[in-house]
Amino acid sequence: MSVFINKDTKVIVQGITGGTARFHTKQMLEYGTQIVGGTSPGKGGQEVEGVPVFNTVKEAVEATGANASVIYVPAPFAADSIIEAVDAELDLAICITEHIPVLDMVKVKRYMEGKKTRLVGPNCPGVITADECKIGIMPGYIHTKGHVGVVSRSGTLTYEAVHQLTQAGIGQTTAVGIGGDPVNGTNFIDVLKAFNEDPETYAVIMIGEIGGTAEEEAAEWVKANMTKPVVGFIGGRTAPPGKRMGHAGAIISGGKGTADEKIRVMNECGMKVAATPSVMGETLIEVLKEQGLYEKCKTH
Amino acid sequence: MNIHEYQGKEILRKYGVAVPNGKVAFTVEEAVEAAKELGTQVCVVKAQIHAGGRGKAGGVKVAKNLDEVRTYASEILGKTLVTHQTGPEGKEVKRLLIEEGCDIKKEYYIGLVLDRATSRVVLMGSEEGGTEIEEVAANTPEKIFKEEIDPVLGLMPFQARRLAFNINIPKELVNKAVKFMTGLYNAYIDKDCSIAEINPLVVTGDGNVMALDAKLNFDSNALYRQNEVLEYRDLEEEDPKEIEASKYDLSYIALDGNIGCMVNGAGLAMATMDIVKHYGGEPANFLDVGGGATAEKVTEAFKIILSDPNVKGIFVNIFGGIMKCDVIADGVVEAAKQVGLSIPLVVRLEGTNVDLGKKILSESGLNITAAESMADGAQKIVSLVK
Repeated sequence: MSVFINKDTKVIVQGITGGTARFHTKQMLEYGTQIVGGTSPGKGGQEVEGVPVFNTVKEAVEATGANASVIYVPAPFAADSIIEAVDAELDLAICITEHIPVLDMVKVKRYMEGKKTRLVGPNCPGVITADECKIGIMPGYIHTKGHVGVVSRSGTLTYEAVHQLTQAGIGQTTAVGIGGDPVNGTNFIDVLKAFNEDPETYAVIMIGEIGGTAEEEAAEWVKANMTKPVVGFIGGRTAPPGKRMGHAGAIISGGKGTADEKIRVMNECGMKVAATPSVMGETLIEVLKEQGLYEKCKTH
Repeated sequence: MNIHEYQGKEILRKYGVAVPNGKVAFTVEEAVEAAKELGTQVCVVKAQIHAGGRGKAGGVKVAKNLDEVRTYASEILGKTLVTHQTGPEGKEVKRLLIEEGCDIKKEYYIGLVLDRATSRVVLMGSEEGGTEIEEVAANTPEKIFKEEIDPVLGLMPFQARRLAFNINIPKELVNKAVKFMTGLYNAYIDKDCSIAEINPLVVTGDGNVMALDAKLNFDSNALYRQNEVLEYRDLEEEDPKEIEASKYDLSYIALDGNIGCMVNGAGLAMATMDIVKHYGGEPANFLDVGGGATAEKVTEAFKIILSDPNVKGIFVNIFGGIMKCDVIADGVVEAAKQVGLSIPLVVRLEGTNVDLGKKILSESGLNITAAESMADGAQKIVSLVK
């Protein structure tokens, strides 16, 4: 089991004829992901890496039976692409694109109310279920199948955590990058809920960063609902206030959204928080040992 | 992106938001000339810098005649203002806004901002004008009123009205306040603002509702469709290294330390600063080369880091996903060749095309210290710069 995606997920790539999309289509295919089609308006009938290209998402879905899409469309057109995926009633749309204007995302979120599609991202590395399905841009080889779920606002910090786990012999179920933008589709709580309900996931690493209060809300949710251990990490302890640290959402404003405040609330809610990014894996292992889960999580 | 108060008021005027008459001045003579043209009894000389807290720092003066305008303008122009938002080094004043004085009856606060929890724009108001809204929120949160705005409908008149009544705008001026708030919201949406703050909004003796100050910030991701806003950019208000970085789509923020950091991904870049600090070092910058960086971009990033005279060593920390390690390695080698590398360089590579990247570095003949992990790299660079 896993969350959101598995070996049966059929994926189309929106914007498949772009350079980045081509490169990652190849990588996803090599990982074993079922990429069944792609879209690029006006390029219907072509092929990319042996994958058929369609003019519209609706057409691609009808022809291939896809239930998920991954979006590599440039930022000015990405909101339109997300809405096209939702309109085609896909179960899942994962938007990799960064730098989407935030007011575009405000409209997207409004449109998505009451619709069936789950959006992951934007500005995220995607979602991977180890050994089954990789949708996004993460390096596949660092993942091993196992029992730890990973959820993060940062792509590269997700890789860092997964890499540490794999090196320590701890496999993963699914790693979900929710993205670094202030308005995104899936939040920490959505992913934590899914991990809580997934029988194969025994523990979770949650990686946050400065800005907003999503980590605090997630920590409160963990305290009230989570039956599995969750360890955390927060990036940006040394970030100066009032500066956007790369991610549109990573900003301390009006004294709010500091790493120290997030860590304080997470600790209060019973979560252990890694002191540095290089001990995310170690911190989880300590907790697994405390809770008698280590042997069950160890990849043999 | 930030703009000056007078520029913000220019934008707002176009949306029917009432602002006092005023003119920008770059010299004392222009300031006096502007005051003459305004022809009002009293005018206000206001320093124009990209930071709040100007009044408390002596950057805003009320002049009762042209001589006073001249005196205050000479005093403020060229002065370095230190406010809670400028940092200890302060900001030099190069522009003034000369504005007609007005008869203030009462000050209020009105602001528009994105609420991340609801993914909606929220209109906020308070009758505690002139004070920072964070302070009001901390001390008297019951005095802040909010209206969540549906992006399909926009700000509805009833919402603006409700807010106006809640913050006790005199009832005969509520319609003017509604027009004000509607104009402010329209400007916010049309111009892709990230913040629009009017503090204070004032009710005047002659029955007007006006923006006495205006702080507009813009979503940098939307600037590609905001040419008019881009024309307002004042490069003198920005760090030269940050300007150079933005030309290459690099996300760079200057800090006070001596260890230059080059990282891919914002989260990892922040965490790299954190871990450098954890091992007793001080990061000189935040730098995210981004996902789609070319070797040329990486070279430019390297040059920007090296242009900071405080930098005594560089830590490159890459976990390639969309970014390929060989591209980083090519860029580092090229930059080192172009600028000559005389300070310690620690490189940690992991992820997509890692073996190729390591090979390029080891065959380059450069004096590079390889690191096995983030912690290893941070410890190595900290000990090398000591």
